[in-house]
This record gives sequence, structure tokens and C-alpha cells, in this order.
Amino acid sequence: MSGPESSATPPPAVKPAGARTPSEDADFKRELVGLIPHLRAFARSLCGDPTAADDLAQDAMLKAWDARASFQIGTNMKAWTFMILRNQFYSEKRRSWRQSQLDQDVAERTLLAVDDPEAPIALDELRLALRSLPDEQREALVLVGAGGFAYEEAAEICNCAVGTVKSRVSRARRAVQAALISGGYERDGGAAGDAMGSILSDAERLSGVR
Amino acid sequence: MIDRKHQSRSAKPGPADAPRPDDEARLRQQAIGVGLRQMFDQVVNEPVPDEFLDILRSADLRRKEAGE
Repeated sequence: MSGPESSATPPPAVKPAGARTPSEDADFKRELVGLIPHLRAFARSLCGDPTAADDLAQDAMLKAWDARASFQIGTNMKAWTFMILRNQFYSEKRRSWRQSQLDQDVAERTLLAVDDPEAPIALDELRLALRSLPDEQREALVLVGAGGFAYEEAAEICNCAVGTVKSRVSRARRAVQAALISGGYERDGGAAGDAMGSILSDAERLSGVR
Repeated sequence: MIDRKHQSRSAKPGPADAPRPDDEARLRQQAIGVGLRQMFDQVVNEPVPDEFLDILRSADLRRKEAGE
């Protein structure tokens, strides 16, 4: 292989970590702002409660900003910020976004009891099924199934092997499916399997639109 | 002729309530995928609270005041 001599010249797309010019900071900031909605969604999937999730997303955003000099320009910033958010979530177990978990579940159950038993319920059921998963399985499923990350990227974010992510995702899928079919949650007179049925009809409707 | 045979075979009305287990599992997983994306996108499409931008703006200001 007669590849280019790389010791002196770094790959063009990736700039090594270090001091940044004001214009690079501005670019970074713009990209970070664009990622805020995704950080909020990921945070919400991790801790459920919207207010606590926004606290978490704000902390992660600020951490990313403060650490911008260590970000390699040209690499996947979304994955990088998700990694920061995830570390933040796991490192501060005593924070409010952890404690609000139980209350949130109670609130969601209450909602289910009084809500219209149609399409929106399906997402609530899915939410509850997600909540019942171990953290590791939930985050893997969310990253791959909703966040649009490849297994390799999800593995990097979760700091584990690709095979581990794959098995977490598949276990999570099975568990969610089982929870939705059995309707293991108390519903107001709803028959078992209703949730799956409404999600299925939702899926059909959506694929028809596409 | 062969086509016809295939057609009539696939068009045979199966029991609607009991699709083949494989298909059913696949459909369910597909539905879960759609639901997951919907859940995630719901939040992505929410307007970002002003607080986020305020926090970032003041962090940026601190950097500028620190002098660079």
C-alpha cells in the first residue's frame, strides 16, 4: 500500500482536538443548537419525566459546549453529544431525573385510565413497555430503533461492544412485544392485545401515508 | 398458467385472525419500530424551550468576556 505519508498531515475532515478559532466556535454552536431537539428526545427516553429530561439535556448541552475543544471536527457530533448526555445520566444517579421515575409511572397509569382508548393510547402503552425495560436495553432500543444510529454508533455511545448492543436491542424488542401483547399493565377494561392492535393500525396508516 | 397458480395460492383467504407466526412477529416488530420513531419524533418536533438557547448564549458570552 503506497498510502500518503500521514504523520505530518492529519486526515482533512478530522481536525485534532485543541484550541478553536471564533469561527469554529460559531460553527460548533450552530451545530449544537441543531442537535438540541434530539438531545431532548434522547433525554426524555432515558428519564421519562419531561421536566427532568430537559434539565438533563441542558446539562449535557452545556457540557458539550465546555468540552468543544476536545471534539474532533468532522466526526459525528450527534453521537458525541449523545454520549455526553448518557454519561451525565448514569453518573448522577441521585439527581431529580432519576427520582421522578416512579411518580411518572404513576402519572402515566392514571392517564391511561381516563384517556380515550384510541391511537394515542398506543404510544402510552409503548412508553410504559419501554419504562419496564432495564436502562441498558431501553437506551439501545431507542438509539437504534428511534435515533437512527447504526449498531456501531450505538455501541460507541454506550461504550460497549457491537454484539452487546445487538443482543440488547433484540432482547428489548422481544420484551416490548411481550409487554404489548399481554397488556401487562392495568387498563380500564381494555382487552389484552388492544395496545398492539392500535399500534399496528397506526403503523398501517403511517405506511399508507408514506 | 404458473402465474395463475401462484396467484390463486397467495390469494387464498387465510384465517385473518391467525397470520403465520413469522409474519406476525415481523409485523409487530415493524409496528414497534414505527411507534418508537413516532415517540422520538414527537419530542424532536416540539419547539425548543428558550431556556436552552439562553443558557448557551450566556456560556458563549462568558467565553468572549474571558477574552480570546
